[in-house]
Amino acid sequence: MKKDLLGIADLSCDEIYRILDTAEAMREIGGRTIKKVPTLRGKTVVNLFYEASTRTRTSFEIAEKRLSADTLSIAVATSSVQKGETLVDTAMNLEAMAPDMIVVRHASSGACHLMSRICRSRIINAGDGMHEHPTQALLDAFTIRQRKKRLDGLKVAIVGDLLHSRVLRSNVLLLTKLGAEVWVSGPPTLVPPGIDRFGVRVSTAVDEAVADADVIMMLRIQQERMQGAFFPSLREYFNVFGLTTERVKRAKRDVIIMHPGPMNRGVEIASEVADGPYSVILEQVANGVAVRMAVLYLLAGGVEEGSHAEAAA
Amino acid sequence: MPKRLLKGARVVDPANGRDGALDVLIADGRVIRVGPDLPAGDASVVELPHDLVICPGLIDMHVHLREPGQEHKETVATGTAAAVAGGFTAVACMPNTSPVNDNAEVTGYILRKAAEANLARVYPIGAVSRGQKGEQLADIAELREAGCVALTDDGRPVATALLMRRALEYAGMFGMPVIEHCEEQTLKGDGVAHEGFHASTLGLRGIPGEAESIMAQRDIALAELTHGVVHIAHLSARQTLDAVRYGKDRGTRVTCEVTPHHFALTDELLGAPIPYDTNAKMNPPLREEADRDAMLHGIADGSVDVIATDHAPHHYDEKHVEFDQAPFGITGLETAVSLCFEKLVHPGIVTLSRLVELLSVNPARILGVAGGSLAEGAPADITILAPDLAVTVSTARMRSKSKNTPFNGWQLRGGVAATIVGGRTVFVNEDVGLRL
Repeated sequence: MKKDLLGIADLSCDEIYRILDTAEAMREIGGRTIKKVPTLRGKTVVNLFYEASTRTRTSFEIAEKRLSADTLSIAVATSSVQKGETLVDTAMNLEAMAPDMIVVRHASSGACHLMSRICRSRIINAGDGMHEHPTQALLDAFTIRQRKKRLDGLKVAIVGDLLHSRVLRSNVLLLTKLGAEVWVSGPPTLVPPGIDRFGVRVSTAVDEAVADADVIMMLRIQQERMQGAFFPSLREYFNVFGLTTERVKRAKRDVIIMHPGPMNRGVEIASEVADGPYSVILEQVANGVAVRMAVLYLLAGGVEEGSHAEAAA
Repeated sequence: MPKRLLKGARVVDPANGRDGALDVLIADGRVIRVGPDLPAGDASVVELPHDLVICPGLIDMHVHLREPGQEHKETVATGTAAAVAGGFTAVACMPNTSPVNDNAEVTGYILRKAAEANLARVYPIGAVSRGQKGEQLADIAELREAGCVALTDDGRPVATALLMRRALEYAGMFGMPVIEHCEEQTLKGDGVAHEGFHASTLGLRGIPGEAESIMAQRDIALAELTHGVVHIAHLSARQTLDAVRYGKDRGTRVTCEVTPHHFALTDELLGAPIPYDTNAKMNPPLREEADRDAMLHGIADGSVDVIATDHAPHHYDEKHVEFDQAPFGITGLETAVSLCFEKLVHPGIVTLSRLVELLSVNPARILGVAGGSLAEGAPADITILAPDLAVTVSTARMRSKSKNTPFNGWQLRGGVAATIVGGRTVFVNEDVGLRL
């Protein structure tokens, strides 16, 4: 592994599989009565979150604690960033206290790259602007592999706000690297320009995108996008792009439905689909902890190649 | 000042149809004679190597000197020091200072600072509108009287078609060009990079080329309506170049400039070698290959009139932030000539004579200022170029107060040997080591 996890773009297929395999071992820890191993004892992990997050931050914190790391979380609303401190100064100050890893969520694309150039601590990107959210894509891949036993050759349809989504970018990079056939769909106003070079099939017709899909991944529609006139109304959005029971019928009979959260029920996904038999949305959340444990463990130095089962022992 | 006879170099002076081994006699700040084997008489003789080129002083018609108000980025003194080190004997400076150069006080202040520095000539450009707010015309006659040579609201476009119409009509009375920073604001939105594959990959908000070309089309139509003179600043998109060609074909009084970074770089620089390098952030943004190629074509076929740097110094602290929070712009004065040689002259895209038109003759003509010519009696503003000089760009050696350039460490062929303003040597490149 490289020093940092800034994005899926930097990972080889081997590294991705290594993280997924390690996560299998980590998942077992979560099933024990005593959910804690001493693997990262004495390591310090800082969670630096410049954007509100429930799922990702909690998931990282639980992962860190299960590995016995010393962790602290900085909520930017209560830190000196409110006093006008720059990201660079915050990074240098944290760095002076010599943490081993810093988990960063930031509204600016590339913020983690900037920190990585300043810090010797390992940087884990927990979502930077519209760029990448690598641990989300890894936990999605883990969940798909768990259900489908493979990733290559699967048809994966990703539907929603493609333009602003870091989850989309990380997932497209990961899934195409591992040989999945990726279809994306959304209103033309929310399709990133140049997406034809992403190695995906693009269709504004959701029905075409989800036809015979093995996996349907829905992306969140942020309500404030309506002010940007990207689409006329939430009602119309649901009618044209929302995932309904009817639409799910077009996919394979054993399709799985995914969503990175937080969900807008009745906007991008109907409740009966979100809570229905094909949904693996809560499995994604559960797997998030195991995948983040794997990432923390491997970045912390891990152990020799091929013996990652030791971590769980 | 003593008489000096510059001998041995090639003289490229397209305004007078000269290109060859000629001598140049200067005295009292003026060109006395240009011709083959001039007798020295009482002049001191300066023998120059044959591979150097004497041309009329280069003029950069688009620089930000930042004074008054932003002296932490640049001052008139440091900016003109950078100019002469880059081979420029004159610069035209943009009015988006603090306060804005929309009145004679500010214009006079800039000119006083330029006189104190006593390096390159400085031609202030006044604001089109009061405070660059796009509401009311600035006192244009007053600006003209104080020494402004053109008008612009650079940094932002003239917001409404009506105000642009009035500006073109009113400035036309003085023969002053209106220089437009073309940008349809709603289409640009909060974009920070060229809209396309690279911005999408990096998750950066895009600015389409049409944000520029739509405004250029409007202004060209208004120039036709008013018979005014419009100059399109830092043209970057292929669609804008088409608009300029359309206007020129119709006889509209439109000219345009392209920056070295827009013919030397593309938006690929956003992701590599340094991902999210804020020195790859400028406005207009670095565009895609098709646009870069169109710029080269336009420069070759004469559609582009001028190469100007849009020298935009910013302090290190301002650029050392998240990409979307960094200010737009890079420095350009000290890299322009080398980039022109490397990317335009040596690959055969333009001749040296055409390069001198782009960097000297045409900016002088558009701004209506002296220079651009080595005619007898003209001011002895002379740049001596070293077309084969091996140059390694180094921010450590730059004279600009700011070091925000993406070209640091680049190895280029071609540079500046010396710069002479009004017969006075104001810069000698120690790597060439002329005794002037």
